[in-house]
Amino acid sequence: MKGYISYFKTVLLSGLQYKTAAIAGICTQFFWGFLQIFIYQAFYAGTGQNTPMDFEKLVTYIWLQQALLTLVFVRIRDESIAKSIKNGTVAYELVRPYNLYIWWFIKCIAGRLAAVTLRSGVLVAVTLFLPAPYNLSLPISFGAFIMFLLNLFLGALIVTAIMVIIHSIAFFTYDDKGIATVIYNFAEILSGTSLPLPLLPTIVQNICLIFPFWLIGDFPFRIYSGDIPVTDGLKYLGLQIFWVVALIFIGAKILKYAMKKVYIQGG
Amino acid sequence: MYINVQNLTKHFKIKVRDKGLVNAIKAFVKPKYRTIKAVDNISFGIEKGEILGFIGPNGAGKSTTIKMLCGIMQPDSGTCVVGNINPFKNRKEYVANIGVVFGQKSQLWWDIPVIESFELLKAIYKIPEEKYEKTKQQLITKLNLQDLLDVPVRQLSLGQRMRCELAAALLHDPDILFLDEPTIGLDAVSKVQLREFIKELNKEKKTTIILTTHDMTDIEELASRVVVIGKGKLLYDGSLNKIKSKFQSTKKLEIIFKNLKAAPKIESKIIEKDNKKVLIEVDTKKESISSIIEKYSRVCQIEDVNIHENNIDNIILEMYKEYEL
Repeated sequence: MKGYISYFKTVLLSGLQYKTAAIAGICTQFFWGFLQIFIYQAFYAGTGQNTPMDFEKLVTYIWLQQALLTLVFVRIRDESIAKSIKNGTVAYELVRPYNLYIWWFIKCIAGRLAAVTLRSGVLVAVTLFLPAPYNLSLPISFGAFIMFLLNLFLGALIVTAIMVIIHSIAFFTYDDKGIATVIYNFAEILSGTSLPLPLLPTIVQNICLIFPFWLIGDFPFRIYSGDIPVTDGLKYLGLQIFWVVALIFIGAKILKYAMKKVYIQGG
Repeated sequence: MYINVQNLTKHFKIKVRDKGLVNAIKAFVKPKYRTIKAVDNISFGIEKGEILGFIGPNGAGKSTTIKMLCGIMQPDSGTCVVGNINPFKNRKEYVANIGVVFGQKSQLWWDIPVIESFELLKAIYKIPEEKYEKTKQQLITKLNLQDLLDVPVRQLSLGQRMRCELAAALLHDPDILFLDEPTIGLDAVSKVQLREFIKELNKEKKTTIILTTHDMTDIEELASRVVVIGKGKLLYDGSLNKIKSKFQSTKKLEIIFKNLKAAPKIESKIIEKDNKKVLIEVDTKKESISSIIEKYSRVCQIEDVNIHENNIDNIILEMYKEYEL
């Protein structure tokens, strides 16, 4: 246990070194946030009253998404894991007395936490004080905020479990980029990254609900703004826990199988 | 036997394709595979506290064997037992007691200072504080690491890094140390330092050491016993001296003399001669060096004698030739 905690700290601390990347990221996220908000504003101006999501809630959704991007986006991969499988350095991970699944899980989640720690503060602090209606609103209620944090935490576990599965695939295909790209593209739509779920056609929304991706970011963001009532939050919290357990179980099985068939590349 | 390897076998399926666009498309639709016997029915044993040298040309199956001994790869067939433990089946238990250095890979975390890697390893191996401090201090002194500890690994030179790698592999005081080409790419001074350290470690702590290398001086300096592997098969298992005497039957003998009356009659071939010295290629199976010297001593006054042995690299080359590798 001590080893895992130490590793978590090490990855987190070394992730906090990359300040330049964080500054560049923050700038990009402001740019994207405003761009999306202006596009939606134009659309909303044309549709009148009957919108599936209030404009303020949508703006809040977008700013939360931008602030927490490095935590909730499926597309953010840990290159070092794929690289270690490609060049055989993974051999060193296999001669250590730890569980490789937990190790990679920690690596992925600590990396994401480090990145989000560096970025989210600035984005939240600035967007909270932007003039209405372009600002990040406060959570709808204190209860909703607590629920949001809980949902976000479980969402982070879901996305990490998915990432470990993607990385484990590299043991079979040598390079996980191909298969990862397919998953990313699906995830982009199913997670609400390209369009918040309420803006999608009902049939697509129903498909989204089958998969775990929307539970990573879309769901917590909507709890925060009150788009989903806190009482419903509890129900989906159960679903989140189900997915966390299922994905960890699947990932651990895949990795265990991979380790039996593993061929370490290079001399 | 401490480590017991019986009929160890590992096959790999590799994708092959002929050159050209048509073949590339064919290979895409229906890939062709070829099975390679990386390790083919190898058996040997290692005693506790022994230093065993693994040699063989590139691609012979050395590293694959090492990886199976480390518990990283599962053998297709055959068994490997280390002190009653099956390395692959009880991986976690087993690897807590071994140290590994792969010369071509790094086990230290690239972005963080060396000392932090050490601290992390301390937590991973659950090394008690007191023991950790003691081992760490010993390693720092012996490997001369004082000035390297606060430097991020990416900024170390190869020689510096290799010293740190060795320390990292030994912090938990393992019973077995695997060294896979530890001196690759190192300069002469670093190589000598590393060898000295390994020798001392084996002597003081009785650590069992399994070493693969292409540097024959490593083997000469460290290993009393060698295992030669070629094309996945075990070709030789025994002392280094035995190989030497088998493949080193010819030696060059140089005799420097004064007042040579008449050249004595010898069976060996004279390569060079003038009125001061003679160079003879001696096949020691046919004629002994001492008998030649004796014959010369009767007809002249010998001032100096030099014997040139075939060096170990050439011996290995001859050996590979004999086994058609």
